[in-house]
Amino acid sequence: MANLNYTMLDAEKMSTAEYYGKVLCDLAAQDKRVVGLSADLAKSTKIGALAKDFPDRIFNLGIAEQNMMGVAAGMAEAGLIPFASTFAIFASMRALDQFHTDICYQNMNVKVIATHAGLSFGQAGSTHHCTEDIGIMRTMANCRVIVPADGMETANAVIAAYENDGPFYIRINRGYDMPIYKSTDYGFQLGKAVQMAEGTDLTIIACGACVARAVAAAKELEADGIRARVLNMHTIKPIDKEAIEKAVIDTKRIITVEDHNIIGGLGSAVAETVTELGKACVMRKLGVPDTYSIIGLHEDLMSEYGYDSNGIVKTAHEIMGVQIEEDNDWDDDDF
Amino acid sequence: MGLTKEEYLALENKARELRKLTIDTVMWANGGHIGGALSATDILTILYYKYMNIDVANPRWEERDRFILSKGHIGVGFAPVLADKGFFDKEMLKTYNHTFSKLGMHLDRNKVVGLDASTGSLGHGLSIALGMALGGRLQEKNFKTYCLLGDGECDEGSVWEAAMAIAHYKATNVITIIDRNKCMIDGRTEDVMNLEPFADKWTAFGFDVKVVDGHDMYALADAIEYALAAKDKPVAIIADTFKGCGVADIQDNYQYHYASVNAETGERYKKQIDEYHDSRLKN
Repeated sequence: MANLNYTMLDAEKMSTAEYYGKVLCDLAAQDKRVVGLSADLAKSTKIGALAKDFPDRIFNLGIAEQNMMGVAAGMAEAGLIPFASTFAIFASMRALDQFHTDICYQNMNVKVIATHAGLSFGQAGSTHHCTEDIGIMRTMANCRVIVPADGMETANAVIAAYENDGPFYIRINRGYDMPIYKSTDYGFQLGKAVQMAEGTDLTIIACGACVARAVAAAKELEADGIRARVLNMHTIKPIDKEAIEKAVIDTKRIITVEDHNIIGGLGSAVAETVTELGKACVMRKLGVPDTYSIIGLHEDLMSEYGYDSNGIVKTAHEIMGVQIEEDNDWDDDDF
Repeated sequence: MGLTKEEYLALENKARELRKLTIDTVMWANGGHIGGALSATDILTILYYKYMNIDVANPRWEERDRFILSKGHIGVGFAPVLADKGFFDKEMLKTYNHTFSKLGMHLDRNKVVGLDASTGSLGHGLSIALGMALGGRLQEKNFKTYCLLGDGECDEGSVWEAAMAIAHYKATNVITIIDRNKCMIDGRTEDVMNLEPFADKWTAFGFDVKVVDGHDMYALADAIEYALAAKDKPVAIIADTFKGCGVADIQDNYQYHYASVNAETGERYKKQIDEYHDSRLKN
């Protein structure tokens, strides 16, 4: 166990990735097996923080992500605990064959912490946006996928990855996230959603940067007399089926919100559980509507594609108006 | 050091035996990558029966030498070696490719005892080898990591990413061996995608390159010992080989990258292997 705890005081003026760098340094101080790998993005991903105290344990492989993943797999085989970092788009696509075969198929103890995820590198354009990785990574057997909501949750995610053997994919944003948690001590558990607000009219299930927007939306909805439950679904795989099933049974209305294509990500993962349950439920998926995003600031892009708090509120009103058919209204003779 | 006469004869005998077992395995598997398996037999033999420091009773021994079969499609030539070493029962080879078998076309380290890496997607092995080597070095372990690549595999850009990094990190504990059989699925390497000047490319990437006859045990031994003694510059051994080596009917014919063997052709191929090994024995 890592026994590491952090509070807002530690996180002051720290970007999400800087938080990752700090936790990694603390883990490295405790455990000699922890090493870092980067592909010429040691500074941008903040994995380079290791260089100060552990210069022999940070390996820059140059602009060669495929090699980085393969090397990480080999290091894990030799008994190390490699953390490999690059931008999400390169981790999940450029080096996917290596991540799939060398790391996941071999079930190697490698942690990939991918930064600049979603539209957080908004001005860089679609070569550097990454709205496909959740969909890709959750289809990799053996791989756990976490999308932390802020710096504190990133700390918890990185610690969880360290404490649990096997491959992890953690996607974090470029820059600063709106802080949600004041400390790491809020009951984070791998594979268990965190309830941010209680409500019985509908459930908003969000991950990453969208959690803050969901919480804000729920407050606005409350003023309109709509009580929304908010779930921070930080672990996309294994997903918290119990929380989703409870949302269906208790609220019958679900909105998923993610900084990702609406195909394949959180919304799809939630829908898989919803459909298996066989209970009536109306669902809307908010996110990037299967397009390559325009450029711009992260906040503006979320607004443009309707998954900021305004978009969530609007969608909530829409689905509150949807009539849900009860099973016993169906004419069984037709089947 | 090199090989003693006794060692040489034992290795020759083992290579002959393993080539024949490879033919049987291809037959049991109802087809396999026979050409590239037979080109690599001598390399696999000298590594596993002369140089590699392994413990069959402790297959995941941390200090063991590693071997990465980057040209992972020649499982039909490598599984017989692991079985013959005693990592698993030779009878298992008869299940090759069968539903529920632990042995498939590309071997899985989580199913095959003695296997150090699951390979098959080309261009991966050298990176994994480097990772093991850096991991070993950081933990002050003295094991070596051998990596066998195909020459056609060197079309993959990731091979050169790994090569660049091995030289950069002066990872002399990786011993890179390329099975230069000059054939790939669609034709001769030089027709499909020109590799020459191949040795110069490895030299330019920072390697000390040894080009040897990959079917000459003495030459292979000298090259491996040269690589083991390397101080700053990693060594790449380009082993000149023949695809399908030892079987006159298929030797040096790229169309036998993958083939089936039946009882009749199997017997003929094994007879040809005996003739080949008789003829290459040195006094």
